[in-house]
Amino acid sequence: MSQGTPDKDHDAARRAFLRNAAAATVITLAPGVTLLTMGRAEAGIAKPSGPLDPKKRWGMLIDTTKCASGCDKCVAACKKENGWEAREGSPTDPQWIRKVDVKDPGTGFEMSLPVMCQHCEHPPCVDVCPTGASMKRADGIVLVNRHICIGCRYCMMACPYKARSFEHHEVEESDKAPWAPRGQGTVEACTMCVHRVDTGRIPACVEACDKGAMLFGDLNDANSDIAKRLAEYPSAQIRADLGTNPGVRYAQLP
Amino acid sequence: MKRIHYSELEGRAGFYIALIVLGAIAGAGVLAAWYMEHYGHVVTGMTNQIVWGMPHVFAVFLIVAASGVLNVASIGSVFEKKPYKPLGRLSALMAMAVLAGGLAALVLDLGRPDRLVVAMTKYNFKSIFAWNIYLYNGFFGVVLLYLYVQMTRSWKIASYKKAAGTLAFVWRLILTTGTGSIFGWLVARQAYDLAIYAPMFIALSFSFGLALFLLMLVALYKSVERPLGHGLVNRMGRLLGVFVAAAAYFVAIQHLTNFYAAEHQGVENFLLFGGNVYSFLFWAGFVLAGTIIPFALLFSKSAKTSMKPVVIASALVVIGGLSLIYVIIIGGQAYPLVLFPGKEVSSSFFDGVVNPYTPSFPEIMLGLSGFAIAALLTVFAAKNLRLMPTSLADEDVDPHLVQKSAQVVELKKAA
Repeated sequence: MSQGTPDKDHDAARRAFLRNAAAATVITLAPGVTLLTMGRAEAGIAKPSGPLDPKKRWGMLIDTTKCASGCDKCVAACKKENGWEAREGSPTDPQWIRKVDVKDPGTGFEMSLPVMCQHCEHPPCVDVCPTGASMKRADGIVLVNRHICIGCRYCMMACPYKARSFEHHEVEESDKAPWAPRGQGTVEACTMCVHRVDTGRIPACVEACDKGAMLFGDLNDANSDIAKRLAEYPSAQIRADLGTNPGVRYAQLP
Repeated sequence: MKRIHYSELEGRAGFYIALIVLGAIAGAGVLAAWYMEHYGHVVTGMTNQIVWGMPHVFAVFLIVAASGVLNVASIGSVFEKKPYKPLGRLSALMAMAVLAGGLAALVLDLGRPDRLVVAMTKYNFKSIFAWNIYLYNGFFGVVLLYLYVQMTRSWKIASYKKAAGTLAFVWRLILTTGTGSIFGWLVARQAYDLAIYAPMFIALSFSFGLALFLLMLVALYKSVERPLGHGLVNRMGRLLGVFVAAAAYFVAIQHLTNFYAAEHQGVENFLLFGGNVYSFLFWAGFVLAGTIIPFALLFSKSAKTSMKPVVIASALVVIGGLSLIYVIIIGGQAYPLVLFPGKEVSSSFFDGVVNPYTPSFPEIMLGLSGFAIAALLTVFAAKNLRLMPTSLADEDVDPHLVQKSAQVVELKKAA
């Protein structure tokens, strides 16, 4: 290569360009990096105590005999915790948890129970998701990775429990909890309050139930309250015939 | 038989008018998609109950039809049927155009269409959707190769026509299997979860695709006044009649199978005898307009001497097809999910109730734009590539067709 002046100018220009480009990159990325490092503390989210334990399987036991029709404390707690709202009669608003009233038309027997994501061992939503946004953690909690959800809604077609909602509206900033990212055009559902569970707390709905109808714990730990209760009393899963093996169990299910 | 000569579409004003009209519809669809993306899906008729709506009806119809459009080329180069050979180029090009139209409607309806690159880079191979992304993209590649082999001047490459045609034919069968399995592999819902969805969609693709191809073929040849033989159109029409019957057979078996199981009688009664929009579209749309009338028209005496019955039948097959896909997609979701079999349920999230759906204007525009994109791409390609034989007169395509036509004329005279 020749060492003439035009080439030197050219090199200088190239160096200047690279310098500016590097500066622009730093300016662009810095706020994001800062948020990533400082945001968690500012948002008041405790750091998870350690890596996920694949030996655990988080689950719930809901005693339908203790759950009263018309009581929706679990639903209200979930709304408050995760920042979603469902206007009455709106077919487009999300519902992460709902109270379902069930009646046997033959006998007239009635009951009421909360239904949310059942955190299946074999979740159909995870099977059908094209990008892998629907995923199951090692400890059995089923989540939506909101960063790679393309909003195709195939998981909603596949879920036998009607547990998922599509965000039809723009989500107000004030409604976004730092631990429960939500956004227009993506799918969302119960996270089993993963942010609480990871720091040793129990899900908001379980905490809010003052009838003692909801129990949370590790299904695989024989010494846990939930495992002991499940071993002692009969329980069932919704649509057990589908073989999805939900982590949410119901006592006295019809 | 004469050697087939291909040439670009003639005409100037007509071509530009077609481009403007089709472009306007396609543009309206893109605007509708922008509107939906900007304000959210709340501006559509879709809800958390009816999660797939009108764009999916049009998209699935077009994606299914696309592989059927390619059959015309396959019948010529794979199954060696002489009258179909000159149609191979147009068939291959139009198949890609129809798939592009269907995919456009599908991806523009995504909640996050801006994340299309995610769908192209992150795969969950247990998902039939993920496989379909490969199958759809691969279809473009395989059919492009097939088109090149058909159009090349090199004798050496052209000798691979049958091999390329066979590859494309097998690919299209797998592709439609994938599309049918989107519904066949949905275990949660009463209307789906049936293995027959895959072969049924293949049968439907044969009839939808040939109907669309016939409409396009007649429209193009009539608009530029190129010769198009009655014998050829009649022969393709009779094949369409066979496809229509085959599709109806699969649909009948699907419903009979589902009806036989007591657990599915609720959804079948709802779809077929519910006295609702779905039962109307099934019986009046698919069965009467999309099957019985076209079948009668295609095998009628007048179809032997006139193209009109074939054109009307093809249009009816398209209408019947859209009706059936509407019943499958919307009807299947309108019927409530069964969480507690045999029990009555109610909740704030519409458990246990039939879910209403009213398609909104943007959704319909987005769906229609799929058709417009398909037609636009086909017309534009026909104008710039040598896809269409200068003559499709019976004597130029296959002498046997002429003999048959002569017999018909004699029969007519005798009568």
